[in-house]
Amino acid sequence: MSDEIKDEIKMVDLYIMGKRYTVPETLTIMDGMEYAGYQLKRGCGCRAGFCGACATVYRMVGDYELKVGLACQTKVEDGMYLAQIPFFPGRKATFDLEAIKPSTAYFAQLYPEVYRCLGCSSCTKVCPQDIDVMQYIAYIQRGDFAKAADISFDCVMCGLCVSRCPVNIVHYNAALTARRLYSRYIAKPDAFLAARSGAIEEGACDSEIDALINSDQATLQDMYNKREIE
Amino acid sequence: MAYTGNIGELVKKVEESRTSRVGVHYPRMTQEERRDVLEKFHPDYNTDGFRNLKVGVNKGARLPVEMADVFETWSRLRDRKPDLQADPVYDVDVLIIGGGGAGAAAALEAKAAGASVLIATKLRFGDANTMMAQGGIQAADKENDTPAIHYLDVVGGGRFENIPELARALVMDAPLVIKWLEDMGTMFDKKEDGTMITIHGGGTSRKRMHAARDYTGAEIMRTLRDEVLNKGITVVEFCAAVDLILDQNGRAAGAVLFNLETEQYLSARAKTVIMATGGSGRLHYRGFPTSNHYGATADGLVIGYRAGAKIIYADSIQYHPTGGAYPPQLLGLLVTEKTRGLGATPLNIKGEQFVYHLETRDVASSAILKECHERKLGVPLPTGISSVWLDSPIIELTHGEGTIERQLPAMMRQFQRFGVDIRTEPMLIYPTLHYQNGGLLIDENGLSTVENLYVAGEAAGGIHGTNRLMGNSLLDIIVFGRRAGRHAAFVSKEMSVPAGLNLDHLDAFHRELEATGAADGRVGPMLLPHYTHR
Ligand SMILES: Cc1cc2nc3c(=O)[nH]c(=O)nc-3n(C[C@H](O)[C@H](O)[C@H](O)COP(=O)(O)OP(=O)(O)OC[C@H]3O[C@@H](n4cnc5c(N)ncnc54)[C@H](O)[C@@H]3O)c2cc1C
Ligand code: FES
Repeated sequence: MSDEIKDEIKMVDLYIMGKRYTVPETLTIMDGMEYAGYQLKRGCGCRAGFCGACATVYRMVGDYELKVGLACQTKVEDGMYLAQIPFFPGRKATFDLEAIKPSTAYFAQLYPEVYRCLGCSSCTKVCPQDIDVMQYIAYIQRGDFAKAADISFDCVMCGLCVSRCPVNIVHYNAALTARRLYSRYIAKPDAFLAARSGAIEEGACDSEIDALINSDQATLQDMYNKREIE
Repeated sequence: MAYTGNIGELVKKVEESRTSRVGVHYPRMTQEERRDVLEKFHPDYNTDGFRNLKVGVNKGARLPVEMADVFETWSRLRDRKPDLQADPVYDVDVLIIGGGGAGAAAALEAKAAGASVLIATKLRFGDANTMMAQGGIQAADKENDTPAIHYLDVVGGGRFENIPELARALVMDAPLVIKWLEDMGTMFDKKEDGTMITIHGGGTSRKRMHAARDYTGAEIMRTLRDEVLNKGITVVEFCAAVDLILDQNGRAAGAVLFNLETEQYLSARAKTVIMATGGSGRLHYRGFPTSNHYGATADGLVIGYRAGAKIIYADSIQYHPTGGAYPPQLLGLLVTEKTRGLGATPLNIKGEQFVYHLETRDVASSAILKECHERKLGVPLPTGISSVWLDSPIIELTHGEGTIERQLPAMMRQFQRFGVDIRTEPMLIYPTLHYQNGGLLIDENGLSTVENLYVAGEAAGGIHGTNRLMGNSLLDIIVFGRRAGRHAAFVSKEMSVPAGLNLDHLDAFHRELEATGAADGRVGPMLLPHYTHR
């Protein structure tokens, strides 16, 4: 970056765990921390909004409201007081998918706290993916795993919902279980997929592919160039 | 509105030309034009970017300079050899290094085969390239498709340089992999009757791309991770492998792990080791931005190579033409191929198209580099780099309003976070370093050229030749992860506890480094990149 360009970029004050650092306003919180001199270990994974490693809580100078965001997906702002959540000790219930069913009775054994939801909506308010978290918890309570699976799908499991829940629900794990139950038991299996898998296991596809492997490159190249495109 | 100042002015050129571009077909390149632009502009053809290895089993092999630099490094254990005769901290049948898709698949199969398993991973379990894949996963599971047809696409795409047995394993296992994931409760896109919804991808002759909305990799990763935890498999996070341990017969017998938090070195003894450390985008070859996760630093290649594992096609790197360029927060981030698939077109500073929008990844990337650096018709950015437009609003003109919101929700969300509404404003893009086509050489069981050392996933090479097609990587990590897991468990059962554990291979490697002066002061593997944004 040339100095001339650097000069044009506005700088802002960032308070990382209370200490002030002055960083370019074009950075994300994650980049801002690195600019300030941090070598990140925790709190950084995909750097693109998919993995949920970088949950961050912050507050603006002079304001009382606590805000949250993904550090890799949120721009720095002047006067941000922030800390990353390095780890959240959320509970995961273990289960044998083949031994359970998509019913409230089974679900209540895995995650009984789900049925204690107070309806405060704190989870929905903090979700950086804009998921209606409380609504999917309600669907789970009703045993509507299809709807819960559908609306919870974009969850990156950052854990911010859990950090705010007054009754200790681990929303993201409950949602994942709901999606697995839905996909295993409610969505229909692909019939032809099962048939094709069986055929491969019986060796029914061997001769066709072995013929290809045994042909020389010129033949393969010719077949490739002439192959029919759906 | 993120486009202000000079860029704000330049957007107008794109807007002005937009209606005149709707429905106009820009010509594809001829074979000669393609070859020409590749040779002149594709980073793989730029000899300055490469050098030959001075040490190791593939001495003389051509590698990107930045990769050669991490291959030729001193071990972190050079001056602090851990006591390998003491009781190891971990002692298992199968040690899996890397908690991405390949590692998780290997763990499940090894465990199912009765082995004791440990996953050691550098970041959190699932902080991996697997989590980031949006597009899809291929498998021939339709009536008009067969593994043989899939095979032809794989080897044609791979420039006929694939190892046939590996490509065969890839396509033959593919339907079994989809079935395995379906049974595990992975939420694939399906029709009412259960039929998988499949579409085309670059280079496919049948519609065999399966997806889970535009979070395909994330859905596969979180399902596998959940199942690994259900099965009670031990996972240690923030614990990176820094070197392999060998036994008295030179077979892989564990690894030295580095606890990133306490900065202690620990030894893990194992009868077999599976390397599943993924790619290397964070080495930023030629200064390119990357779409890869934070931990993609080629560690497994470096560690394996030191222990004598051979590499193949490690000089073949995939650049994705559409990486984010601006606003700066989006640098390197992948703009899914579907955006071009829906008709978004690359444009230069004048608002003119300069390449057919559906050219293959390598050709499209090269054409963009040409536009920026030879024709100097890129859009200059305040960050000091050049870029081109990707006109997304034309999608709405062609396919109707609402198409972007329906078809590209993750993309729309990502740009919106930084002030760009891709429904009405074009994107600014530049090629991004995306995928490592080659890696450590394996056989159909995932076995490397070092006994008892398996490799699976992006760290492995040979499956895709020198060019991987979209959707075949998510596939390969599960296919070879499972194969390696099964085979390693099987081999472990027949073995007694490894004896004579040593790090002698490091001494030998160091002697070569000393003799050639190749390492300077560099220490490896890199483990984590260091950014300052200055
Ligand atoms: C943005 C993006 C989009 C993609 N889209 C698609 C797509 O649509 N379809 C497709 O087929 N492919 C796609 N790919 C490619 C594909 O996702 C990856 O190639 C694949 O997931 C790699 O899986 P893996 O398990 O080998 O590696 P990863 O998933 O990267 O896992 C490697 C793991 O090893 C860990 N690790 C690294 N070094 C060490 C060490 N020293 N010690 C311990 N652990 C270590 C890492 O932290 C990580 O957890 C995409 C890739 C990216 C980046
Ligand atoms: S680092 Fe993955 S979501 Fe931010």
